Amino acid sequence: MKAEEDESNEEVEMVEIFVMGKRYKVPKGLTIMTALEYAGYKFTRGCGCRGGFCGACSTVFRTKDEYKLRMDLACQTAVEDGMFLVQLPFMPAVREDYDVEEVDPEEHDNVLLDYYPEVARCVSCNTCTKACPQDIEVMDYVQAALRGDIERTAELSFDCIQCGLCSIRCPADIKHYHMAQMARRIHAKYNQPESDELAERVKEIKEGKYDEEMEKLVNMEREILKKRYDERDIKEEG
Amino acid sequence: MEGHLYYPGCTLKTKASDYEDSAMKVMDKLGEPLVEMDDWYCCGAVQSLAEDDIMHQIAPIRTMCCAQEQGEDEIVTLCDMCYNVLRQANDRMKEREDDLETMNEFLDEDPDYEGGVEVYHLFHLLEDMKDEIEEAVETPLNDLVVAPYYGCMLLRPDNVAIDETEDPEIMEGLLELLGLEVLENPKRTECCGSYHTVNRSDIVEKRVEDIVSHAVDEGAEAMVLSCPLCQFNLDYHQRATEFEIPVFYLTELMALAFGLDIEVKNHKIDPRSLLKEKGIVE
Repeated sequence: MKAEEDESNEEVEMVEIFVMGKRYKVPKGLTIMTALEYAGYKFTRGCGCRGGFCGACSTVFRTKDEYKLRMDLACQTAVEDGMFLVQLPFMPAVREDYDVEEVDPEEHDNVLLDYYPEVARCVSCNTCTKACPQDIEVMDYVQAALRGDIERTAELSFDCIQCGLCSIRCPADIKHYHMAQMARRIHAKYNQPESDELAERVKEIKEGKYDEEMEKLVNMEREILKKRYDERDIKEEG
Repeated sequence: MEGHLYYPGCTLKTKASDYEDSAMKVMDKLGEPLVEMDDWYCCGAVQSLAEDDIMHQIAPIRTMCCAQEQGEDEIVTLCDMCYNVLRQANDRMKEREDDLETMNEFLDEDPDYEGGVEVYHLFHLLEDMKDEIEEAVETPLNDLVVAPYYGCMLLRPDNVAIDETEDPEIMEGLLELLGLEVLENPKRTECCGSYHTVNRSDIVEKRVEDIVSHAVDEGAEAMVLSCPLCQFNLDYHQRATEFEIPVFYLTELMALAFGLDIEVKNHKIDPRSLLKEKGIVE
């Protein structure tokens, strides 16, 4: 009964990882992010929400005897024995400037291609899809963009957290996530119906309806705030 | 499956939507509808000729895998460039076992391509439906004189040609069924200038001048073709010449002869005044 022994002796099983080539022993079960911190690294960039939502902690790694380079979020992936790791502090990819008022898809042959022409270089290798920690069909939305289907691009890319791993792997140098964000903005602006509820809520906020409540939250003690968050009502979709 | 598994290609969804619209209507009328594939990928538009370049064969082969996934063994294209690229890539995989193996190893997480899909152009289908076409004609386009134009992609290289490379007549045969006066066009297999339109429009303008002037000298009132890039070049670049004749997709004229409405969204030279003059549309 190994597990019980571990518990009774308070011994933790350790795994061996390599961070930028240097060997460390870290407790099994840590995420890549906490393992790096255990090893003494401190994050000033490449770390955000720690909850798998913000996309700041994209990471690349290989494990022993594996020919494939794998990608994931450091805060969501457990360390494995023999992992070779590095954190990516930033994804160099230029986001094009546009005014959402001036990108009416009806006035362009293909507005996404006008701003991100490298989309046409896609060779359908699917490397982007394999890189995506969100399991998005990235290649399929790039292909949809190429044929001017903004709605499909927006819908397929909806779960994107802008981590940029797709773009760092792409042999065609496409900036998938910036392009898809543009598609979602255009889709929201030009294709989807305006929400009456949203307009009403914005009006209420502007009139100061929630100022008092907000002020309370801002000054609330951390523990109470946490409790309130955990116990909050979540409205069902639809 | 009823009808034919249809691979559109990106241009048919944007700059050549008139072609898709008219082809769909024509094939519906002929009782052989085009059914768009569940999934498909951009063909790449230009066939890579490098011997060791497998990377650029992936996109067309992915589309073959999509057809295979749907349990079909044929796909049909409207665009000449898509036809050419898909056909060449597909033939290469069928002919070269090593290439197919390399491809399938790269596609590791997806099902292997087994090489069982055939690529056709719409003209292959129409060629086999001449009786049906003749029957479907409601308004013969008797008064209109047209010059057929093939360009390169339907005819070269020889192993993927849909007809005799130097002396094709598949389009002439189809146009005659519609009652049109079809000119003999010796320039019909010459290149329109193709992708030079992107940054060397001077080259394309010379090609267009040469091609259109010969047709007009013979009395052509319009050009007819099936390649979206040829259509764009012959249509758009006529502005640099003294000519101004409409450039139709063959299926547009077929739709009109069948008494069907067509969309006119992509034409730079608006064909409607000519069609009115000939009493084809009101």
